[in-house]
Amino acid sequence: MSPELFHFTATAVKLAVFAFLLVNVVPLMVWVERRASAFMQDRPGPNRLGPLGLLQAIADALKFLLKEDVTPSGADKGMYLLAPVLALIPALTTFVVVPFGPTVRFGENEVELVVTSAETGVLLFLALASLGVYSLVMAGYASNNKYSLLGSIRASAQLISYELALTLSVLAVLIPASSFQLNDIVFYQLDHMPLGMNILPQFLGFTVFLVAAFAETNRLPFDLPEAESELVAGYHTEYSAMRFATFFMAEYMAMTVLSALLVTLYFGGWSLPWWHGNPDSPWLTAVGGLTILFAKVGFVLFFFVWVRWTYPRFRYDQLMKLGWKVLLPLSLANLILIAVLTLAGVLPAP
Amino acid sequence: MEVAIFVIFALLALASAVVVVAHRNPVYSTISLVVTLVSLAVFFILLGAPFIAALQILIYTGAILVLFLFVIMLLNVSEEATHPESGRRIQRWLAILGAVTFALLLGLGVWNGYRGTDFAPMSEELVSLKSLASALFSEYLLPFEIVGLLLLVAIIAATVLARKPPREEGSTP
Repeated sequence: MSPELFHFTATAVKLAVFAFLLVNVVPLMVWVERRASAFMQDRPGPNRLGPLGLLQAIADALKFLLKEDVTPSGADKGMYLLAPVLALIPALTTFVVVPFGPTVRFGENEVELVVTSAETGVLLFLALASLGVYSLVMAGYASNNKYSLLGSIRASAQLISYELALTLSVLAVLIPASSFQLNDIVFYQLDHMPLGMNILPQFLGFTVFLVAAFAETNRLPFDLPEAESELVAGYHTEYSAMRFATFFMAEYMAMTVLSALLVTLYFGGWSLPWWHGNPDSPWLTAVGGLTILFAKVGFVLFFFVWVRWTYPRFRYDQLMKLGWKVLLPLSLANLILIAVLTLAGVLPAP
Repeated sequence: MEVAIFVIFALLALASAVVVVAHRNPVYSTISLVVTLVSLAVFFILLGAPFIAALQILIYTGAILVLFLFVIMLLNVSEEATHPESGRRIQRWLAILGAVTFALLLGLGVWNGYRGTDFAPMSEELVSLKSLASALFSEYLLPFEIVGLLLLVAIIAATVLARKPPREEGSTP
């Protein structure tokens, strides 16, 4: 096989694996969410269909596919139909920069265990993720419903406010590793950090990132864009059947990719303190890295669910105050702290 | 492959740029501008400058145009109120004349630039992140800081202008 063909096939396989995993995270997460919330509220939850109620998710998906798809008569048709599709783009594309292993050799061909090792790495992630707001804005505007419009105005203000803090806390991780590529950050952690994790020196940044991640994915306690007690369902009030399910899927996928970024920046990504890949077997390295990455992501996702069923919702002015007056100064302070520590040599250079 | 991608996105950029100017609904115009700018980002990637492409998306479409859309939706600017007949007819002719002149000048500039000179392709050195960063923070540090200061002044000015008289406090933005 020629090197070009091999490279093309490898990229296609990597993309397919990620797409498969991301799509399947959604029904699994819905199941976890429903069962975990039931457990926390001391009730059984959906437990009838299949072992532990696992098949319930498939039944739900089937229901979404068969339901009537309603387009309101006052809606802006084109945008209304386009919005849920756009929601999937950032969720499905951002994964291309998240690594799941080192560079391995298959025969004479080298394969990087990341879809693209572009120099811009994390920037590409943030750039693609920032496109997500358009689908919410378009959905709210096109629905011709005041609750939808209010929801999408809230969403855009919230996303812009928390993106700043999120980006600044990511920047603080890049400084000591002096690279935008996520794999360089993983190797930096493996070489220089206790337990192969950034979490200790970056604890402040990690906290800011985590809180901002909740706001960026519209999860409780920051789910004001879809606050059901005030706005019915926010920007997707008018959507039904599979179009509603598409928003739903995009939200869970966005949670998953953001968790993957969090895990890669602060918890060593695909590596374990005692396992950095297996140089003898490329397949073991790839599958092992993927498993470890997704196991860590699973923990973070469970944390998302845990918080959702624990905390009440913020008020809108509290949300804005927290974003601009607490998280932004904290992330700036963290940035300066990390920069000084790096200059002083406390945090080693790569 | 590269040519195909270029042609697709060039057509997309041109078509959406026309929609930006021609559409009566400002929301549609803004969304079309997003499409134009994302297509431009694709050109930057094709030219081997992924960093500029990422910045283009991050800053223009990720931040500035979201604010555009936010303001348009907040003010609820509906379809352009004016009829095509209202306004002076001469304005339209002047606009077309201006656009044609600009296109001619641009074409002339490009043609003059191409005639006789052989352009060397951009070197890795020029577009790589590290050299860009070190140039920005050493050789061009003063201009860089002045631009930052300018933005700060603009923000302060906007805040002062938008500020309400200090009797009520804590209104949501």
